[in-house]
Amino acid sequence: MKEVKRPIKKVDGYGLVSGKPVYTDDLAPKNSLVVKILRSPHAFARIKNIDVSKAEALEGVECVLTYKDVPKNRFTRAGQGYPEPSPYDKYILDEYVRYVGDEVAVVAARDEITAEKALKLLDVDYEVLEPVLDFEKSKGSKSIIHPEDDYQSEVFVSSDPKNNIAATYEMSIGDVEGEIEKSDVVIKERFYTQAQAHVMMEPHAAYSYIDMQGRLVIVSSTQVPFHVRRILARALDLPIKKIRVIKPRVGGGFGGKQAIHGEPYVALVTLKTGKPAKVYYTRKEVFESTYTRHPMRFDVTIGADKNGKINVIDVRGLSDTGAYGEHALTTFMVAGSKVLPMYNKVKAVRFGGDVVYTNHAPAGAYRGYGAIQANFAIESAMDMLAYKLNMDPVKLREINMIREKETSPIFKIMGEGREGVDMIVRSCKLDECVEKGAKKIDWENKFKTKKEGKKVKGVGMAIAMQGSGIAKIDMGAATLKLNEDGSFNLLIGATDIGTGSDTILSQIAAEVLNVPTESIIPYSSDTDVTPFDVGAYASSTTYVSGNAVRIAAEKMKEEIIKAGAEYFEVSENEVEFDGKEIKAGERKITLKKLAEVLYYNENQKQLSTTGSYVGEESPPPFMAGYAEVEVDTETGKVDLLNYVAVVDCGTPINPNLAKVQVEGGLAQGIGMAMYEEVKYDKNGRLLTNNLMNYKIPSRVDIKKLNVELVDSYEPTGPFGAKSVGEIGIDTPPAAIANAIYNAVGVRIKDLPITPEKVLRALKEKK
Amino acid sequence: MRLSSRKIDLAIDLQDAGLNYVKIESDELKIGGATTLGEIERNEIIKAAFNGELIKTLQAIWSVQLRNIATIGGTIFPRLGFSDLITVLLALNTDVVLYNNGRMPLEVFLEEKIRKDILVELAIKKENRKLSFQYMRNSFYDFSILNTAVSVDENKDFRIAIGARPAVASLAKKAMNYLKENDNIEEAAKIAAEEMTFGSNIKGSKEYREMIAPVLVRRGLEEVLR
Amino acid sequence: MKIILTINNVKREVEISPSEFLLDVLRRLDYMSVKKGCDTGTCGVCTVLMDGKPVLSCSVLAASADGHEITTIEGLENDPEFKAISNALLEEGADQCGFCSPGLILNVYAMKKELKNPSEEDMKKYLVGNLCRCTGYVPQMRAIKKYFEVKA
Repeated sequence: MKEVKRPIKKVDGYGLVSGKPVYTDDLAPKNSLVVKILRSPHAFARIKNIDVSKAEALEGVECVLTYKDVPKNRFTRAGQGYPEPSPYDKYILDEYVRYVGDEVAVVAARDEITAEKALKLLDVDYEVLEPVLDFEKSKGSKSIIHPEDDYQSEVFVSSDPKNNIAATYEMSIGDVEGEIEKSDVVIKERFYTQAQAHVMMEPHAAYSYIDMQGRLVIVSSTQVPFHVRRILARALDLPIKKIRVIKPRVGGGFGGKQAIHGEPYVALVTLKTGKPAKVYYTRKEVFESTYTRHPMRFDVTIGADKNGKINVIDVRGLSDTGAYGEHALTTFMVAGSKVLPMYNKVKAVRFGGDVVYTNHAPAGAYRGYGAIQANFAIESAMDMLAYKLNMDPVKLREINMIREKETSPIFKIMGEGREGVDMIVRSCKLDECVEKGAKKIDWENKFKTKKEGKKVKGVGMAIAMQGSGIAKIDMGAATLKLNEDGSFNLLIGATDIGTGSDTILSQIAAEVLNVPTESIIPYSSDTDVTPFDVGAYASSTTYVSGNAVRIAAEKMKEEIIKAGAEYFEVSENEVEFDGKEIKAGERKITLKKLAEVLYYNENQKQLSTTGSYVGEESPPPFMAGYAEVEVDTETGKVDLLNYVAVVDCGTPINPNLAKVQVEGGLAQGIGMAMYEEVKYDKNGRLLTNNLMNYKIPSRVDIKKLNVELVDSYEPTGPFGAKSVGEIGIDTPPAAIANAIYNAVGVRIKDLPITPEKVLRALKEKK
Repeated sequence: MRLSSRKIDLAIDLQDAGLNYVKIESDELKIGGATTLGEIERNEIIKAAFNGELIKTLQAIWSVQLRNIATIGGTIFPRLGFSDLITVLLALNTDVVLYNNGRMPLEVFLEEKIRKDILVELAIKKENRKLSFQYMRNSFYDFSILNTAVSVDENKDFRIAIGARPAVASLAKKAMNYLKENDNIEEAAKIAAEEMTFGSNIKGSKEYREMIAPVLVRRGLEEVLR
Repeated sequence: MKIILTINNVKREVEISPSEFLLDVLRRLDYMSVKKGCDTGTCGVCTVLMDGKPVLSCSVLAASADGHEITTIEGLENDPEFKAISNALLEEGADQCGFCSPGLILNVYAMKKELKNPSEEDMKKYLVGNLCRCTGYVPQMRAIKKYFEVKA
């Protein structure tokens, strides 16, 4: 292999580091109207009246919109496949506001100062309603968050809005109660995971204008341009063909941009005024009014025999989707489907529970997508089981974990929103990950070392799996176009949001065609120009879009050979193409020359091929994470000294970029484990609405991350690759909690693990 | 950092008012009110002062980019509770010089309700004090949940300040007095914590602050006595 | 009001309002490498050099930058130090989404001038005000250490 398995630089890297104007707000027309949104100060209220006259009268204000001015089409902002697994429970602007930060009215003005002034001139009369702020008390509460008559959802979502339930899910295999009864050792524990904010560095941004054909063009910092187009068409009552969505460079997403946020507001302003309009969220708006991770509660029961063989896992969950049901069902199902199959030898397994509405900021997609929440609960419970059995936690995993060529009945039963697909795990080096990680952290010694002193060290571990795209649902496509100099345009709907997917997809095309990656010119994404792709989510790009690129490139190779055969007037099987030259016996022509001929001289035609791919399976990447911590027993402060991550992501197309995906994922997982928490006051107002109060890990906090990718080959992946975007985030919460237990014997079961919680637990233990 | 997004309509430029200096004058370390924290931390006099602990404190405040624009006057005058620098300066013998209200010890300034004035100069007594600054933060890049500063001179005269309670620092006078007669630092740390009032905010609870205050004070005392 | 800014060695007279911050003025003048990330002086994507020292342009009133020299990435593109830092980042794949890169590079540039033989811990503390959510910092630090080693 020449071009894949190579750590080449990102193709867009130089433009980014040299600060070129490539992000949404850098590109917005100078004369764009500035759009500002008035947001609800109440967690739950009905708008009795809005007086817009003073704002409208202000010099420089071009447009003021309220719920009276928008199409009444319920939609979901969640950027997912179709039919949509999230309920249609939102208007662009609504008479009801359901959380502090919900949209009340929209103002467009010639500049920011005028727009902000106009917001202050809006006079809103609210009928304040009783909010639901505790997700454990939401189901069946007197306050109904979605009382509307036109609430809709697909049947498989099992929404019950009258009881504040956005989605419900239940599955069961085997005799759960019976197996628990028969087990020698049973662990029964409750765990909580918190809301986490994405904190991508670029806030949400969008602008819009009308093109010369009278179509609406939206440029947006989005992970899902094609879903944005479809959702806007529904919300705005426009045909899809009247909308074009362009994604420029995106300053990070992590799931937070797998939805529409500012797009409908700029679109409406442009449609009303005919003028370009832009929105750039303040950091406060990003925190208050976009997405968080779904907070979840899990009751985990594990039964095992005395030799450590696990018989049964029973998980009862409760998830908080906030004010709107975006990704409610799917994140909850992934909590089961991307964790439970790791323990595939159980005789019985059950997973179920409700996803409830509350009057908090909506939860949505976030890297890890349910799996990290359940991983914390189940991998903590596994650790507790190991201690109860007096067994090394590594040994417990080795006895029970999934191995190559094995399967789990869960793969078929649980998909995302719907049924999954039956598959065997063709590539799984989890055993090697566990073994290598243990060696790297010196588990044997460190796990057993006597724990004493004021500062105590300990080690903990957890294993994880994720998926590679959503099988049989999410499709990606790619188009290759030969240019007259022998270079290729690679048009991809896949959405590079900083991950480097433009680069690795170019590497895949180059590998198939046997040309240098520099000969491939990637472009992502533009719904008018690039073929369909669901976008950057669900760890799908390398596997799904990568396979589409592979197919497009294989077809291109055939086309080149065909064109060569025509040129030499021989049959195709007499022609060879080595990347540089097309040969037929002694005769040869360079690709460049052939391209020139095809454009200008003989048999004239454009060589262009498209490949599409939808996964028949979703091969899971696996990893083992090992944490070493030092706990200050007098203050509860935990230092994460080292984190070892050994990952099976198949064959990495670009080892550097794959490694950075893991490192970045780890840091976000560490953030969730130790630092980050979305907090509200008793009235539902967000307290953590800036980066001073919402702390992501800093450079000083991240001490040592030791990442290794093991040799692995996924036969269904492009050149053996699986996904790597999400897997890195999953293990830190459990591994760190387990390491703290190993060090000082206290078990923290609710995230984040703050010094205060550790110190309180230490005092209680005494 | 910008603590609010309120628009500023009037700004007084102090850069040209001659208040930008660090100097030693009659046994005092004097810092002009318009000197940035960045200029202070790069100053050789400061680097050498108080066993290098002052520089350590400065370098742990927020970011280089902020320290290069935040002036010492702008940092001290608002008497913000989370301030690390105020705690440290309080553990030294520091006077503030105000344009209207004149010169006064920092501890007096912290208690007075002076609103409209300009901090012209800080005067830190140049003594042979050993200083230790201790803080509890979860993330390094954050405000302290609690901070303490302890100093001692050759005559065993201790100064102990506790800040970010979350209220602004004050002196633990009972503990300071106790140490005049006794040398049980464990007990002194306990007294210091007990004589203070603590509260809760987003960074930490009252109870947590109460639990760690004696630990940080004791660690500071241990360090200056080492 | 009118102020004089020397931006990337070019002296310009600029009309500003007294309440405007330097960040907004620079973006208005098309220095798009200077990003807006948090509004509270925390994330560091708005970092520029003022008289050679890194500052948060979101927290500097444009009026107070009057008469000062401002450097943005646009002004460093031909500087060999910029090339060395950015190349080190690109080689590690540490550029990722790129939104924090210009600010980080400017701060590394300033750090090189200010710190002699810094330890990794010194570097991390100097750069702590440049948040990054993509890389976990580790690849950035690998790149920056390499840049310092080659130079030393």
